[in-house]
Formats: sequence, structure tokens, C-alpha cells
Amino acid sequence: MSSKSNFIALKSILYKEINRFMRIWVQTLVPPAITISLYFVIFGELIGSRIGQMGGFDYMSFIVPGLIMMSVITNSYSNVASSFFSAKWQRNVEEMLVAPVPNWVIVAGYVGGGMARGMLVGTIVTLVSLLFVDIQIHNIWVIIATVSLTSATFALGGLINAIFAGSFDDISIIPTFILTPLTYLGGVFYSISLLPDFWQGVSHLNPIVYMVNAFRYGFLGISDVSLTLAFSVLAAFIITLYTIAMTLITKGIGLRS
Amino acid sequence: MNNALEISGLKKVYKGGFTALKGIDLTVKQGDFFALLGPNGAGKSTTIGIITSLVNKTAGSVKVFGHDIDKELEQAKSYLGLVPQEFNFNQFETLLTILVNQAGYYGVERSLAFKRAEKYLKKLDLWDKRNDAGRMLSGGMKRRLMIARALMHEPQVLILDEPTAGVDIELRRSMWIFLRELNKQGITIILTTHYLEEAEMLCRNIAIIDSGVIVEDTDMKSLLSKLDQETIVFDIDSITTAPQLDEFTCRLIDDHTLEVDVKKSQLINDIFSQLNGQNINVRSMRNKSNRLEELFVSLVGSGQKVKQESK
Repeated sequence: MSSKSNFIALKSILYKEINRFMRIWVQTLVPPAITISLYFVIFGELIGSRIGQMGGFDYMSFIVPGLIMMSVITNSYSNVASSFFSAKWQRNVEEMLVAPVPNWVIVAGYVGGGMARGMLVGTIVTLVSLLFVDIQIHNIWVIIATVSLTSATFALGGLINAIFAGSFDDISIIPTFILTPLTYLGGVFYSISLLPDFWQGVSHLNPIVYMVNAFRYGFLGISDVSLTLAFSVLAAFIITLYTIAMTLITKGIGLRS
Repeated sequence: MNNALEISGLKKVYKGGFTALKGIDLTVKQGDFFALLGPNGAGKSTTIGIITSLVNKTAGSVKVFGHDIDKELEQAKSYLGLVPQEFNFNQFETLLTILVNQAGYYGVERSLAFKRAEKYLKKLDLWDKRNDAGRMLSGGMKRRLMIARALMHEPQVLILDEPTAGVDIELRRSMWIFLRELNKQGITIILTTHYLEEAEMLCRNIAIIDSGVIVEDTDMKSLLSKLDQETIVFDIDSITTAPQLDEFTCRLIDDHTLEVDVKKSQLINDIFSQLNGQNINVRSMRNKSNRLEELFVSLVGSGQKVKQESK
């Protein structure tokens, strides 16, 4: 197909994906806002007020970037995982497979849809957080770059999960047993500098630590890890996950018999 | 005339070892109305799946208008429109969304896609339902929606896998008219069906597949000419014993129904003369079964599996 046709196909997948999560906004956009409000009330107002400062900021200001990032990660991942698996399950993924859509367009379309939901939810959570705390911005470009690359990373992860999934249970296993623990242990609620040396070392194996800290740097100008290392980790994950996703779709794993 | 489809040595072995296709050859000319018939599990859907790249082949080649699916898959796909056997559209999307998105996958601009969606939804009597979700449609409407979807990029080859399964007679006949119209416009149509009458009514050429082997590949007239015997059913005035008919085999099914086997070389007039001579009045007559059905059963039912000869 020509590049113009590819662009139209990409727009169609993006339109379909965005239309899907907007159509079911009560399930996709409202729950993160409610969850995050509860986090602010419990961890910020009730418990946070007794914790004191962290990284030179009051606890509420410290956790805001992590909570936003947590919503972006969860929503980017689950959007692609559930949408692509539903398309497989209803077999309407065949609409794309029979069409002359290059595989990279399919990957880009679904990842773009996941990023759109992740970033829209991130924006909603940011607006909700304004009700509880004044948000400062240290470097807007770091914020934009981190949130874009992180949502792309987890959208790719969700796509790979959906390709392998054989049932709806299979798309909840990774978020429940891997993603949630990594997020909670990824420095959302604390600075990893508080941990003993050994656990600080272990934390550096958690990719979410780099994403949360780079994002926090964009807001507060503080980070437990270097920005260069954080963006390198993000780039490495995107390249690796994209390569895996492309290989799986090209071979037709879980899609073609 | 160009070949719309060329299949050569196509073989498919599924995981687990089941061989669905044993190296079939098939050619469909541009503009043809082609039937691919076979019993359940014969390999029809596997063949269509490979042509449309939903199934990975084990060996062999498939070319669509000369474009090999191994080398020029996207070009090959752009010629094809598929109406699959099972409903595979998003049940929660509206008809318009389904059609416009599908056109987009083929690079059709949204403004043009909306015009085509209106054209085909009106043509297939679905325009009133355009803003309904797919799941709200009846079975027949869902079938028509899938035909509209397959036409959105105006393909040169339309492949229909059991398109009239579960569709009532009136709707089936209106779909036949629509498909004939498309074929007249130059679209090559490849059809699999269980309704042999459908294949006989619509198709010019036919291939019969059984157990992954093409057992017949010819034009409809030649195939039907192979039929050397038909069974005619006569509705008669009441009799108690079967009449004796010289040179014909007959069976009295009940006191009003007589079945007579008629060879191609025999005349039905002779039956009438003999029945008349025995004072048996005939009220009406009909073929016992569809002619193609008899051939189909003889080709795939009696275990006569002829290995496909190279053309």
C-alpha cells in the first residue's frame, strides 16, 4: 500500500480504538478518577499529613507524579490488552488481517489507542489532583517525553499479552501478578533512597522506578535515578517490545492457524 | 482473459497432524462465477483461509491476479473481498462504523467510505439500521452486513463462504440477484455453499473438494452432462400395486406416488404412454432431487475419490 493508504489505515485503527474507550467511558475514564481521589484522600490527606516531607516536598506533592504515572501505565496496558483480545475473541481482528494493512500499522494503531487512553486518563487524574494539591512543573518536555514513552511501552506490553492470551483470564494475570507489584514497588509512594542498599539495588531492576522518577523530575526536579539512564531504559524497552510484537504478528501467533 | 486466482500444489497440515489440503490445484478466471463445493471438513474454508491469509499454508502457491501471496501479499489482498462463514464484525459497533473503518483499512478516505457505506447499505436494505449496533441485527441482516463490508473497497474478487447459510428462501433469492448483478459488473465471485441448487443456479464453473482433494474441476454444463440417470416422481391417482413399465425401473412409494428411474437415453414420453396404457392418471411430476445433488453424492459419497490430474 502507498504511504497515504497506510496513513488512512492507521487513522482508521486509531479512530476505532479511541471510539471504543470513549463509548464505554464509565468503565474506562471514571474509575481511575475515583481511585486516584481515594489515594489522595487516604495517602495524601489522612496518612500523608503525618509523614512529613519526602525528597524536600510535602508527601502529597511527592506522590502526585507517581499516581499519575500509575494511572497512565495501567490504562495504556489494559486498553490494548482488552481491545486486541476482544478483537481476537470476536474474530473482528480478521477485518485487519485480510486487508492490505502492514503489520507495523496494526501495531502502531493499537499502541496509539493505548497511548491515547493512558494520556487522557493521565490528564483526568492530573485535573483531579489539582483539587488536592498545587502542581508545579519543573520541565514540561521531560513530562511529555516520559509519559509518551511510558504509555507506548505498556501499550506494547498489553498488545503482546493479548496476542498470547487464550482467555479473558489471561489478560488479567500479568496486570495482577506483575504490573501492580512492580508499580507499587516502583517508587510511587516513597523515594527508593529510603531503602537499605540491597533493596535499592533490587529496585534498580524495576523498570517502573525509572519511569516514575523521570516523570517526578519533570514536576519536582528531583529523581532517584539519572534522566539519561531513565530514557535509555525506556528506549530499550520500546525497541525490544516492538520487535517482539512485530515478530508475533508477522508469524501470526495466536492469530492465524 | 486473466486468471483471478491460481492455486498450485496447496497443502495444509494443521498442528496435531490433520491434513486439511493434500496439494490442490485450482484456477479461477477473471469474471467467473465459481463454486467450491464439498462436504463439511472437506477443506473449503481452509482453502479460503489461505487465499485470504487467515490460515498459514504448509506448501504450494497462491496467486491473485498474478500476485504471489508469499511475495506480494498486500497487493494480492487488495483485490480480495471476503464474506466469511461466521459473523466476525464487532458486535458493539454501529453498521456505519464497521463499514467505514473497514474501508479505511484498504486506504479508502472516510468521505468516500461514507458514500459507499450509504450505497451498499441501501442496496442491501440495511440503511435504516445504519446507527444500530451489529448485535441488534437478525441473522439475515448480519449476513448482508458482511457482504456490504466486503464490498467497501470495491474488490475485483469476492469470496463468499456459505453466504446464505441460515437465510430464508426469499432473502436467499434476493441475495442471488444481487450477486449476479455484481458478477455482471465484472467482479469475479468464488462461492462455497451447502445449497447445491444455489451453485447450479449461479455458477458457471465448479470444483468439488473432498478430504483435501479436488475430485472434480469443470464447468457446470459438463458436470451436469455426466449425470446419466434421474429419478422422476409422479403424483398419480390411487393404485395398489406398482405398474410394470418396460425398460424402466419403478417403485410405488405410496398409493399416490410413483418413482421412476430414467436414463439419459430414455424418453419420458414412453413412461406416459405405458402409464396411459395401464389407465394410470398422472396429476403432476417432479425431479426427486436436485441434479447437482445427485452428482455431488456420487462424487463424494461413494468414496470415489479421484486424485486430481495435472492440467
